[in-house]
Amino acid sequence: MNARTLDPADHLIEKEPYYETVGDEIQLFEAAYRQQIPVLLKGPTGCGKTRFMEHMAWRLKRPLITVSCHDDLTASDLVGRYLIKGGETVWVDGPLTRAVRCGGICYLDEIVEARKDTMVVIHPLADDRRTLPMEKLGQMVEAPPEFCLAISYNPGYQSVLKDLKQSTRQRFVALEFDYPSATLERRIVASESGVSDAIADNLVRFAQMTRNLKGSGLEEGASTRLLVHAGKLIADGVSPVTACKSAVAQAVTDDTDMLKAIQELSSSIF
Amino acid sequence: MAQSPLTAAEMEASLHSWLDTEFTFFKVEELAVELAVLARNEQDFILDWIRRIAPTHITLAWQFGRRAPALLPRMERRLLEAWAVHTCDVFDRTGLQTALRVMEEVDSFDDAQHKNDAAGALFEDIAPILGNFVCGLSGRRLRIEEGDAAWTDGERFVLPPLIAALPDLDDNFRLAKITVALLWAQTRYGTLRADLAGIATAYADPERALARLYALETLRLTARIARELPRLYRQLQRLRELLDPPLPPGWRRFEASLDTDQATLADSLSLLDAAYAEADCPQGSDQGCLRPDAIAAARAARLDKEKARLRIKLAELLEEHAAAQSTAQSAAETPPDLEVQPRDENGRLDFEITLDSAPLAPPDGVKQLLTSIYLDFGEIPPEYLTPAGDGEYDPTLVFDQPEDPDAVWHGTYHEKGAELYPEWDHGRQHYRKNWCVMREKTVLPAYDDFHRHTLDKYAGVVKHLRRKFEALRDENRLEKRQTQGDEIDLDALIEALADAQDGSEMSDRLFVRLHRAERNIAVAFLVDMSGSTQGWINEAEREALILLCEALELLGDRYAIYGFSGTTRKRCELFRIKTFDEPYGGEVKARIPGIRPQEYTRMGFALRHMTRLLNRVEARTRVLVTLSDGRPDDYFDVYRGQYGIEDTRMALQEASRTGIHPFCITLDRDARDYLPHMYGAARYIILDDVRQLPLKVTDIYRRITT
Repeated sequence: MNARTLDPADHLIEKEPYYETVGDEIQLFEAAYRQQIPVLLKGPTGCGKTRFMEHMAWRLKRPLITVSCHDDLTASDLVGRYLIKGGETVWVDGPLTRAVRCGGICYLDEIVEARKDTMVVIHPLADDRRTLPMEKLGQMVEAPPEFCLAISYNPGYQSVLKDLKQSTRQRFVALEFDYPSATLERRIVASESGVSDAIADNLVRFAQMTRNLKGSGLEEGASTRLLVHAGKLIADGVSPVTACKSAVAQAVTDDTDMLKAIQELSSSIF
Repeated sequence: MAQSPLTAAEMEASLHSWLDTEFTFFKVEELAVELAVLARNEQDFILDWIRRIAPTHITLAWQFGRRAPALLPRMERRLLEAWAVHTCDVFDRTGLQTALRVMEEVDSFDDAQHKNDAAGALFEDIAPILGNFVCGLSGRRLRIEEGDAAWTDGERFVLPPLIAALPDLDDNFRLAKITVALLWAQTRYGTLRADLAGIATAYADPERALARLYALETLRLTARIARELPRLYRQLQRLRELLDPPLPPGWRRFEASLDTDQATLADSLSLLDAAYAEADCPQGSDQGCLRPDAIAAARAARLDKEKARLRIKLAELLEEHAAAQSTAQSAAETPPDLEVQPRDENGRLDFEITLDSAPLAPPDGVKQLLTSIYLDFGEIPPEYLTPAGDGEYDPTLVFDQPEDPDAVWHGTYHEKGAELYPEWDHGRQHYRKNWCVMREKTVLPAYDDFHRHTLDKYAGVVKHLRRKFEALRDENRLEKRQTQGDEIDLDALIEALADAQDGSEMSDRLFVRLHRAERNIAVAFLVDMSGSTQGWINEAEREALILLCEALELLGDRYAIYGFSGTTRKRCELFRIKTFDEPYGGEVKARIPGIRPQEYTRMGFALRHMTRLLNRVEARTRVLVTLSDGRPDDYFDVYRGQYGIEDTRMALQEASRTGIHPFCITLDRDARDYLPHMYGAARYIILDDVRQLPLKVTDIYRRITT
């Protein structure tokens, strides 16, 4: 057992991450990157936003630094802080600062979850100033042209309290993601999980049924990611109904009646 | 060891009292003799149900008692119970005569026909699952209802109370599921598009024609299901083999010619002449029945309304689109070229809207309308795509409007536009379904000096409250000596370094962390507006609310205030004083003084409605505070006494089951006996002096939310 330890700032993605183009998102992202405009990815969970970022980092040959935002994430978690080393205080850069310094792509996942003060450091980076203020050091870091800021945001399930402010969202070029079309999704599921086309087809059909339930008791339908999980289980010998139950139904809801209904849907197909 | 049976004499006493024989003159002695020969657990079962039905209607209880001993050996207990509850429900809805008829129907209960009932799928059990199941299948959202048979009108599907064709519970459920899928397919694949009654009248025997058309359609839809839901289709085949005779030979060719992806209703119609001539007609146990009248009625009511709705929505969509593209040329001279492409693939029905060949993203509401229209026509008719002009439609006619609660009341005595809530019947040990007819009204604002006077009167208190509440506010506080944090805690560091020099262990708690304790509380206040609050209590309530609002505004908690009152179950009223979304402004400030004592104290529905409202609010902690002056009560109703107490208790339990913290403030000094029981699920406090109320309420609130 030898796990590799990687420093994301020096690490370039070596192998092309599998990504199926839905529309002109790659072209748009590249244009925004060249023009130094930050990008906002919108879309439901598990529809391929993070994978798209990995793919773009590989394509642009830049390191990708991903920060999953949570409700306790503060500005200093992004920018950096003083730590103590042998009686001395030492400044340690946060992930955002490291990305700026190395001219990488910084991807802030689910940005609305972070605390409000994080916006303060993002704003000057996200407009034509492209600088990162480091309050505690009394410095500003100027972003090189290679640096790119991308954030993601799921408009669906967040509460009204956690909406993205206009002052923030109007700094970004928005790319909208949705579940891929049935044909494309079938191809993704088949190629990611290794199941046959026929099973991938049925998985996609099943996912669509759960998406029809959105709004009548389900917050969100099954994502492509869940289908890939179910597909992998099936490819490993699990029966399709069991795989759908564990990988999809249990993942999207806890409600007993809804669980049973979703199971009935999957057992109508497989 | 089994208990020994009760003797007739032992039972008589209870029966006399439950059935009120002093007035009703029922011959309980005969009943007791009949019961005496039964085993103890059978006796207990029947006696229990007589006792539970009696508060609903004594005659029903008596009839149950007379019939039950004979039914017990033939009928499953589960079914007997369902029958008893069903009878009570029928009584609630339509009165004694129909309920007695339901009671009598059970006499024709034939064991031979019902040998599988024990394993039957009860509507109550399967409805929540199949309701969601059918929503998952694409198309219009169908409602599920209980009725006499399985049928659909394109907007709802109806299932019988019990499906019990097979000896196995799972198989019966499967049969119900297949029936539902076939009903869904009728809506989804265009069976309901045609004028079915009109087609049938062209034949000498319309009924025969209709039955054959339905059989043809069932074949066609079965073939569709085979493609859409392959596993379900295999189950369907298995159950048909068990239940139905094989397809008559003449019908095999129909089956073969309808077994394609493209087969439509037109194909079935083209086979109808040939099928009409066939002597036999297959009738699957899973196919439900066809009700052309109901289908036509639902369709007629739907078509024009949806056309208007879609055209209005499209106009709105275009307007938004134009506003978004501010650079666009001035108002279009040519009508916009709107096109809708339905995409029906892989069990998914989607629509692409293009405006002058650029795609537009339709909102969900529009998509649902398009789906429904597509199901009615198989396409989107072009005339549906002209956006409505200004003033072309009166939106109040096209969209469902909230009913004016007063207008409804003055009109006929019906339940239109009201929300219905169940009520717990303590005697029956079961809910009375849709029992309370609840309407929300708004308190008429009273623009007087009350608000100002109250603030003057309690100036000192207000000042004191402000100080106390400000201290509660989520101040950011610095937490020192943390293992992690944004900054270094210098004091701690110096100490730690000194310790290190000293040779002792160095602490790792060297950081300062900013702690933000965000208050995330939503609270609903439910105020008693019954007639008994007239005078002092009402005034104290109003004063208390004003002080509360002042304090809550400081805290920033989300709060709503509602008053409740009612006369009988048909007129349960909740008075909006402040909703969660409304700011504490002029109108709300005037509504508080406008609170006037109304009628009676029926609490269950109010608690249930507030529970529902509170659960819609996003908050970490939800608190429901009720403020009342005494025990539940209603006009000439059983609500007075034990029934009301039990219903209130149940409603509070329901609230706390959903994660709400109920808290009750009461002014009823004389009744400490019933309170602990009624407020079992809630915490409560009794105020001895009404005049304490304004001072106490805010203090109580502060305590329960910190």
